[in-house]
Amino acid sequence: MLSKKRKAYITAMKTAMYISVGLTAALVIFLVLFVFFKGIPHISRELLFTKPSYTSGRIGILPDVLNTLYIVLATLILVIPLGVGAAIYLTEYAQNKKIVGMIEYAAETLSGIPSIIYGLVGMLFFCQFLGFKTSLLAGSMTLVIMNLPTIMRTTQESLKTVPQSYRDGAFGLGAGKWRVIRTVVLPGCVDGVITGCILSVGRILGESAALLFTAGFAHALNGIVEGLASPGATLTVALYVYAKEQGEFGVAFAIAAILMILTLLINLSAVLVSKHFAKKRKL
Amino acid sequence: MSDIMTAKDLNLWYDKTHALKNVNITIPEKSITAFIGPSGCGKSTFLKTLNRMNDLIPIVKITGEVCYNGQNIYDSSVDVNELRREIGMVFQKPNPFPMSIYDNIAYGPRTHGIKSKVKLDEIVEQSLRDAAIWDEVKDRLKKNALGMSGGQQQRLCIARALAVKPKILLMDEPTSALDPISTSRIEELAIELKKSYTIVIVTHNMQQAVRISDNTAFFLLGELIEYGETEKLFSQPTDKRTEDYITGRFG
Ligand SMILES: Nc1ncnc2c1ncn2[C@@H]1O[C@H](COP(=O)(O)OP(=O)(O)O)[C@@H](O)[C@H]1O
Ligand SMILES: [Mg+2]
Repeated sequence: MLSKKRKAYITAMKTAMYISVGLTAALVIFLVLFVFFKGIPHISRELLFTKPSYTSGRIGILPDVLNTLYIVLATLILVIPLGVGAAIYLTEYAQNKKIVGMIEYAAETLSGIPSIIYGLVGMLFFCQFLGFKTSLLAGSMTLVIMNLPTIMRTTQESLKTVPQSYRDGAFGLGAGKWRVIRTVVLPGCVDGVITGCILSVGRILGESAALLFTAGFAHALNGIVEGLASPGATLTVALYVYAKEQGEFGVAFAIAAILMILTLLINLSAVLVSKHFAKKRKL
Repeated sequence: MSDIMTAKDLNLWYDKTHALKNVNITIPEKSITAFIGPSGCGKSTFLKTLNRMNDLIPIVKITGEVCYNGQNIYDSSVDVNELRREIGMVFQKPNPFPMSIYDNIAYGPRTHGIKSKVKLDEIVEQSLRDAAIWDEVKDRLKKNALGMSGGQQQRLCIARALAVKPKILLMDEPTSALDPISTSRIEELAIELKKSYTIVIVTHNMQQAVRISDNTAFFLLGELIEYGETEKLFSQPTDKRTEDYITGRFG
């Protein structure tokens, strides 16, 4: 039998737990509803599909949507081959386990650095030293460095889950190392690469500090090539600019609502992808 | 019968562990040679030296020679991929690739440069027939191989190894993970295959060695203790340790 004191203790702990769960859930729901409530009324076709006009004072976020898209694409195109390549090298080729461990540790550390530091370094290195000026390209490069550890680590983890017996089977048939990697190992780590990409896209969408320094905050409507060469604001940066510099809180909340929806979609796709691959694994 | 493989004074170390000690053996062509011995005695290790699968383990050091058709396979001029094409391997646990049955069989031929669809179709069918599994899978060649039963998977792996037209088939306890019916099918298959291939099989099951092999080698603690005709080794072993092992006194 439990003593009375013990029973009271358990009841108290349980109550405290329910309260904290309830508070957390309430906070999230409040935040989401607040943003939607303030933002959604300001979302209009005009806002989504036009660029800002200074003569009429109208605001449109199409350039920012496109800039976000360009930056996501450019970053992924650069970071995927780099990250996957590094992961393959570290897990399949590198012999010195100590150095591999050190690189993994460095990558972990790198992903914990505040993003404004990436922005500062990116500005000095890409914008000034390499002469990219303030541009979406310089922003993408900075984001590549920020997201490289993520892609590398998720790919590495999934490379490690490819059974050694597959590799043995392929080597036993006379396949060379690269063929084994290309045909047996890489297909097994697609899920890791996709997970890494989803995480990175989420991070890119949410990034502001690193981009303020490197990509600037222009709202010009450009094609992808021109766009990458010129400065531009992503949605998150635009949110900052509209709220802070121009006091356009309606627009800022509209952007916030859009970002919120995108984030929800990204998290949903991450869940779906991992479910899909878990099912495939079991087969 | 002529000899197809010979090991001379073969020693192997895993770092500091001396896993094979002065092994000398000759393996005759188109026969079944069985390796027996208690677990950890070096059977798998020795089997893997025969097609250089040990190269994949960085800590392995080897001295001595393994000759295949008169050529030392550890010579630097040897093309390891070509060697492994000629000396195929079937593993303890069935390890089909997570691809279709067809792609599993075609993997080896494609690796060695065969692209023609007609030719691949032909090889896939022939290999599956040779491995006595064609009738069971001919209607689902496009299905994922991981959906098959363990016994079928192992015969698929044999078919996959046959698809690159090897001369020798190394099998490391190919039936240890299988039920008795699948086991006897694989034994029948091995006897059938020795008409065209040389088979070396590791087994922890002495009845299996008696049932299918022509010669048997008994290993203990990294040494080859006794080697000879299966019938003779099991009826009149010359070494006391062999006798103790086959009468079940240890291991
Ligand atoms: N990859 C490895 N690294 C280190 N030691 C190993 C490795 N593989 C096998 N060994 C050692 O070599 C010896 C022989 O092992 P093995 O050839 O697997 O034996 P068997 O197949 O007869 O059971 C054992 O002592 C085992 O611990
Ligand atoms: Mg073994």
